[in-house]
Amino acid sequence: MSLQRFILKRGLITIPLLIGVSIMTFGMIHFIPGDPVDFITQFADLDPEVEDEIRSQYGLDQPVYIQYFNWMSDAIILDFGNAITTNRTVGAEIGDRLPYTLLMGSMAFLVTVVTAIPLGIYAAYHRNTRIDQVSRVFALLGVALPNFWLGLILILLFSSYLGLFPVLPPTGEGLLSWDMIRYTILPAVTIGTGATALMMRLMRSSMVEELDKDYVRTARAKGLPEKTVIRKHVVRNSLISVVTVAAIQVAFIISGSVVVEVVFSYPGIGRLLVERVQTRDFPVIQALVLIIGVFVIFANMLADIIYAYLDPRIRY
Amino acid sequence: MALLEVEDLNVRFYTEDGVVKATNDLSYQIEAGERFGVVGESGAGKSVTSLALMRLIEEPGVVESGEIRFKGQNLLDLEYEEMRQIRGNEIAMIFQDAETALNPAYTVGEQISEAIRVHLGLNEEAAKERAIEKLESVGIPDAPQRYTDYPHQFSGGMQQRAVIAMALSCDPDLIIADEPTTALDVTIEAQILSLLEDICTETDTAIQLITHDLGVVAEFCERVMVMYAGHPVEMATVEDLYYNPQHPYTVGLMSSIPRIGDNRDRLQTIPGRMPDLIENPPGCNFHPRCPYAEEVCTRMEPPLVDVETGVELEEVASDQQTAACLEHTGDLQKGLDYTVTVREETSMEADGGVTDE
Repeated sequence: MSLQRFILKRGLITIPLLIGVSIMTFGMIHFIPGDPVDFITQFADLDPEVEDEIRSQYGLDQPVYIQYFNWMSDAIILDFGNAITTNRTVGAEIGDRLPYTLLMGSMAFLVTVVTAIPLGIYAAYHRNTRIDQVSRVFALLGVALPNFWLGLILILLFSSYLGLFPVLPPTGEGLLSWDMIRYTILPAVTIGTGATALMMRLMRSSMVEELDKDYVRTARAKGLPEKTVIRKHVVRNSLISVVTVAAIQVAFIISGSVVVEVVFSYPGIGRLLVERVQTRDFPVIQALVLIIGVFVIFANMLADIIYAYLDPRIRY
Repeated sequence: MALLEVEDLNVRFYTEDGVVKATNDLSYQIEAGERFGVVGESGAGKSVTSLALMRLIEEPGVVESGEIRFKGQNLLDLEYEEMRQIRGNEIAMIFQDAETALNPAYTVGEQISEAIRVHLGLNEEAAKERAIEKLESVGIPDAPQRYTDYPHQFSGGMQQRAVIAMALSCDPDLIIADEPTTALDVTIEAQILSLLEDICTETDTAIQLITHDLGVVAEFCERVMVMYAGHPVEMATVEDLYYNPQHPYTVGLMSSIPRIGDNRDRLQTIPGRMPDLIENPPGCNFHPRCPYAEEVCTRMEPPLVDVETGVELEEVASDQQTAACLEHTGDLQKGLDYTVTVREETSMEADGGVTDE
């Protein structure tokens, strides 16, 4: 089977996955007691008739499966209706915020990949030396430190004391302006730390495992230069297992953004999600959860494709 | 000058449990084009010896002393870069398990031609052509098509052939084959061995064949070294070794081979097990398991001597038989008490049956 056929097959599998995720996103929110009308009525005493009117206005009086189909048929064309709390379209609400989260996420991922993989390779090649042991301690710290705490410490240290980074997001600046990118560095590092630590350790253990394999000895016995043995044979094969985890890290980065965005008052979808959970803004919550779910599904699909590209045994 | 001369090779592994003496003052020679067998139980130091030749012993192992002269040049003195030029080019290695010896992520063809490109400086196209030629020479059908196949698309026998093609790719003068047929079934084994034999005669390539299978040795080798606990205990031509074994360990190995028509209920084995190489027994290493051991064997370490004269040799001529047993130095009181019977009815060459009495 060629790589093209693998991609096609893998792509088809995502369709039922996407449907499953959409059902779960939609269903989950309906297991929570109370609806937006209850939220409104806790501040104002409304006639039950008015309450019913509001419910029917938003379709909340319909059976759940009808609500799902209504929602889904619109969601496919990215129409998530209006946000309940602001009356703007959900698309506009999310459209404002999503680019910021994508900026932070990609910076965090970049930080992760660029530091974790070379460090992992280095630690594996010099395994059981002092450098390896130091990296082990840092990795443990990186995994163990909670994001919200690390974020606060970084703000305290680099923004408050050293004044290197702004504490609040710049206003009126474009997404890719230097001020915005500078402001994004700390949250990106905060999110990336855990992922970096995990991936570095994984790269190290994966490479240590590969280094012990017979084919490495064969490659050396063939008289290949050590650099070729490591780069062409060992690192490539070690990456096979790391790529899969890197994709899962993408999911962690996106979901981790929820906490970090609140800590940094970062204007991304994570903070939007928290705000709208507090006000029970169903359409926005559903759209956000769906977007995150779809994102994870596609990241995994991409990982599988890269996996198949790297390891021919998967393709066949 | 022989093609390969190993002299007083000592390989040590510094483990937490102690120093493992993997080979002890090991000396032997291989002539150009010779098929040389190395036999012994697991852990006798066979594979360590071959890895030492390639300087591929890894931590915590070290070659402590000795010389490995290849074409008169001591490999242990070479710089890394000089040694790398020899690996795969002049000395090539065939590993035991072809499946794991191949990198699953690259095509078989690429794994053969990368060595060709590195050593012979050929470009992509020419290297590919040569690799296909080599694949054909080891009997892989449709070699141009199979060139782009991955190792998992090859059967076990084909993988082993591919590994042999890899070893042959730069026309080495010496091939070290570490149990090349152990993982294969007997029909494939016979094919692979006759293939190796053909290559050897056609290109005048010497082979050091490492095995624990005496049948393979009888079929394939011209001269044999029997190893025990990192020492050579007997070195002889195949005929001498099979018809006239001179060391009790060789005798034990041969009587352990089960034979058709044998009415014994139990398979014969050598009692006991090889000493761990951290603390060798005093005197002869084999004495705790030797049925002929006497008091003197616990005190004196037998040197490897000519079995005729009892004299230790500086350099062993290829037709001489040497053994490391006190019998041959005249120190043993009662002597070795066994007889060798050769069954003529079997047509197989050198199928010497040995029975204890």
